[in-house]
Amino acid sequence: MVIEFLAPLDRKLLRDLWAIKGQALAIAVVIGCGVGMYLMSKGMLASLAETRAAYYERYRFADIWAPVKRAPEALLEQIAELPGVRRAETRIRAGVILDVEGAAAPITGEIQSLPAIPGPHINDFVLRRGRYPDPVREEEVLALEAFAEAHQLEPGDHLYAILNGTKKKLTVTGVVLSPEYVYAISPGEIVPDKKRFGVLWMNLEALANAFDLDGAFNEAVLLASPGENTDALLEQLDLLLKRYGATGAYGREQQISDQFLTNEIQQLETMGRLLPPIFLLVAAFLLNVVIGRLVDTEREQIGLLKAFGYSNGAVARHYLKMIGLVTLLGIVIGIALGLWLGHGLARMYMDYFKFPFLLFRAPPDVYLVGIGFSLVIAAAGTFGAVRRVVRLDPAVAMVPPPPPDYSRSAIWLERLARWIDQPSRMILRHLYRWPRRAAMTTIGIAMSMGLLIGSSFSLDAMLYMVDISFNVIDRQDVTVNFVEPRNVRAVQDVLHAPGAMHAEPFRAIPVVLRNGTHNRREAIIGLQPNAELSRVVDTELRPVVLPGYGIVLSDKLAELLDIRSGEFLRVEVRTGRRPELDVQVSGIVKTYMGTAAYMDLEVMNRILKDDIAISGTYLLVDPDLTEEFYQALKNTPVVAGVSLQEQAQDAFYETLQESLGTFVFFNTLFAGLIALGVVYNSARISLSERGRELASLRVLGLTRGEVSYILLGELALLTLLALPLGALLGYLLAWTLVQSFNTELFRIPLIISSSTYGYAVLVVLLSAAASGLLVHRRIQQLDLIAVLKTRE
Amino acid sequence: MNSDKPSSNQQAAIRAEGLTKTYGSGESTVYALRGVDLSVPRGEMVVLLGPSGSGKSTLLNILGGLDSPTEGRVFFGSDELTAFDDRHLTQFRREYVGFVFQFYNLIPSLTARENVALVTEIARDPMTPEQALELVGLGQRMNHFPAQLSGGEQQRVAIARAIAKQPRVLLCDEPTGALDSKTGIVVLEAIARVNHELGTTTMVITHNAAIARMADRILTMADGRIQNIEQNTTPCAPAELSW
Repeated sequence: MVIEFLAPLDRKLLRDLWAIKGQALAIAVVIGCGVGMYLMSKGMLASLAETRAAYYERYRFADIWAPVKRAPEALLEQIAELPGVRRAETRIRAGVILDVEGAAAPITGEIQSLPAIPGPHINDFVLRRGRYPDPVREEEVLALEAFAEAHQLEPGDHLYAILNGTKKKLTVTGVVLSPEYVYAISPGEIVPDKKRFGVLWMNLEALANAFDLDGAFNEAVLLASPGENTDALLEQLDLLLKRYGATGAYGREQQISDQFLTNEIQQLETMGRLLPPIFLLVAAFLLNVVIGRLVDTEREQIGLLKAFGYSNGAVARHYLKMIGLVTLLGIVIGIALGLWLGHGLARMYMDYFKFPFLLFRAPPDVYLVGIGFSLVIAAAGTFGAVRRVVRLDPAVAMVPPPPPDYSRSAIWLERLARWIDQPSRMILRHLYRWPRRAAMTTIGIAMSMGLLIGSSFSLDAMLYMVDISFNVIDRQDVTVNFVEPRNVRAVQDVLHAPGAMHAEPFRAIPVVLRNGTHNRREAIIGLQPNAELSRVVDTELRPVVLPGYGIVLSDKLAELLDIRSGEFLRVEVRTGRRPELDVQVSGIVKTYMGTAAYMDLEVMNRILKDDIAISGTYLLVDPDLTEEFYQALKNTPVVAGVSLQEQAQDAFYETLQESLGTFVFFNTLFAGLIALGVVYNSARISLSERGRELASLRVLGLTRGEVSYILLGELALLTLLALPLGALLGYLLAWTLVQSFNTELFRIPLIISSSTYGYAVLVVLLSAAASGLLVHRRIQQLDLIAVLKTRE
Repeated sequence: MNSDKPSSNQQAAIRAEGLTKTYGSGESTVYALRGVDLSVPRGEMVVLLGPSGSGKSTLLNILGGLDSPTEGRVFFGSDELTAFDDRHLTQFRREYVGFVFQFYNLIPSLTARENVALVTEIARDPMTPEQALELVGLGQRMNHFPAQLSGGEQQRVAIARAIAKQPRVLLCDEPTGALDSKTGIVVLEAIARVNHELGTTTMVITHNAAIARMADRILTMADGRIQNIEQNTTPCAPAELSW
């Protein structure tokens, strides 16, 4: 045996550790959860950021997109010569309605032109299967992998697309990934739906013919020179492209796929910052209690060692080694857990984020910080105990300590004690005598509960958001976008489709909003003032009446523009006659998604001074005629995009189940482990401290149940005390998360349902009960005879 | 002094037949008791003498229902203790046995009165904690916590706690082992008083041969056997003892 070769102190170390293996493991597991969580989130963060950077770099993801209505190809030279432009390309990009065999509902999609000349291009794609379209074959296209897989489209398969009003049969020749569609989401949706959003690439000539853009383009994509301030470039582009119907050039921060990626990275960062410290704090507390207790029980041994001539340092090192071993075990568990979770998360991400590769690889500094932080926390938790070891005077140490003095009690406690039995008095006095320990146990349990609430609440918040979005704000069944803004009469055409029951038109116009130095490229949505389907609502969910001549902003947009209600906003319209107006902000509404701005549709059209026009319409559809309605839509030339509420809602729930469900599962597990670790350790320590006392009671004739009551009653009381505190901590954690998840894409409402509180309470109580049971079994095994003979 | 005692009933309070206790098995078998027969009449004060490892404590633990013999039987009155399960043994200790330990084993978080009340709350026909503490001469220190009491005082609280339930037997394992002689005598006086006034059958384990002089009967144990039984017709008062 290895143990034979160890110094006597090290043998003692291993045997002592073995004696408290349950507690040591509980601590190591909590440390492990913290380290694992940190490694996973920081590692994933680094992997995601690195993968994104490499992918963008290698496939030349654009820095700037400049959409126009129609601009001559010759303009490319001028664009390329703008200062700060490294490279520029033009293309055609348009919205299409797709129809795939077997799909009932029409599919919203985008189609882009393939560069005429082969070679490396901006926003290059990764050919996964098949081949590029033959330049002379008009019907050949490439399809985005996620979409192709969702519909089992393989090279050689066919699908239909309505290109500028004409239905065409297309042949897929290849399946690709694109840096522009890492997160392939249809504009206006919340979660990606592989089935209902498709992207195709087609030969330039064929597409130009279809959209009447021969010798012209409708979007320029640019790579900026490194270190270039893109703001100035955007301004210049807008100036240059103004007369070609530019709706406003934008950078990566407003590119939807990249926006979602950034959002995810931000969430990972928050998680990595907030959650691991909670675990490590609890671990520090556990170490503090367990090692502190160990030192107390071994004071005579410590005195003896010192009396034999072991130096203070040697004795302290002995305990430091023990702490180090437990921490090390925790770190090993943490690294294993972190790698396992990280790889799992990478696999899950690959389902949402379509990278050509995504490997979970935490950089060395993440390991170092995780390990370093655990060691610091362990040192902080056990500092007091080790200091006691050093300071212990051998002569004092070898005399057993006097019985703990309970004579200093509180008046209220004694008044209360009069009414209760002796075992309950023991519980109360013990808690009062060791308030710090009681507080730590309570806080430890509360933290586990807080963690649970803080991580599960996002599900409540999301469900609330969906409920509000689909049942209060957007109550339509279908949203139809037209290819071009149409006369309001187009609504009548759509209403003729079978099943269409009620329609409310809307118009979305591209604008640049300016307030002082702040400016934003946005779309203003014009709605009927008395809209019933898609509505603007305030925080109390009451419909907001759109003002005559004024604009209503979402609170996030107002914050970004630094503008308050009543102030004037510069609105530069980027369509039609491109008027520039000062409009009063007549209201600010709370929104959880996007950065919307609303106006009265009629006022909007009056301002634009064009023939009354709409971009699309919201519809109610007879549920019995949905199939027929979809069929009609697929054959309606004016329709450029369709979004179906029910399917969007389903996709959302599905995503929620998969991603958040997994997240909540692991957090439940971790929180349960913390609660278990805290309660079990507290109970074991109490048992080892009071084993003699409890065994004496058994000798005096108290039953096992009565004796268990004294020990477990105390823990039950602390657990109960921890519940309200845990609820409060959970609320605070949720609040903090809500603050840091505040992005342009999402704001999470602070909604915690009572079932989440209930769930957290249940998990904590079950964990406490499980630890109680473990300790109760130990009480059964108390050695009654040893008690009679031994002094503590 | 003997005349103060309620008339001693010759029926045995505790009777043991052929008690053997072994630990381990095979060659490493250790004998703690090797066939002990014993009968303790009601109301007697018995002192068990003997060196360490002679089996005194094992015997006391078995008689008190804390431990069970490997072989042999124990009768408490007409009940066979050795046939009891754990629940019945707990019940037995709860109702009929008072224990006093060498190291007092008081509950530090309960006052003297509360330590006694701990037992009286669950006993069938107890005296009040106040009466019990008066009996051991601690009427004035009832509201003190163990940490505020001297060793002798703590041991007297332990005796009060043991006798408050009016047990049939009082078992004391080295009750003066941790005390100086002067304090020890005060504690022994309390034990003797309980034995005389309540007629509680009392067994005291000790190393200290001097204490034996206060007993009605002195059992000397060696090597797991009762070596000698001595009847003492003239027990002396604890105050007359010295060591």
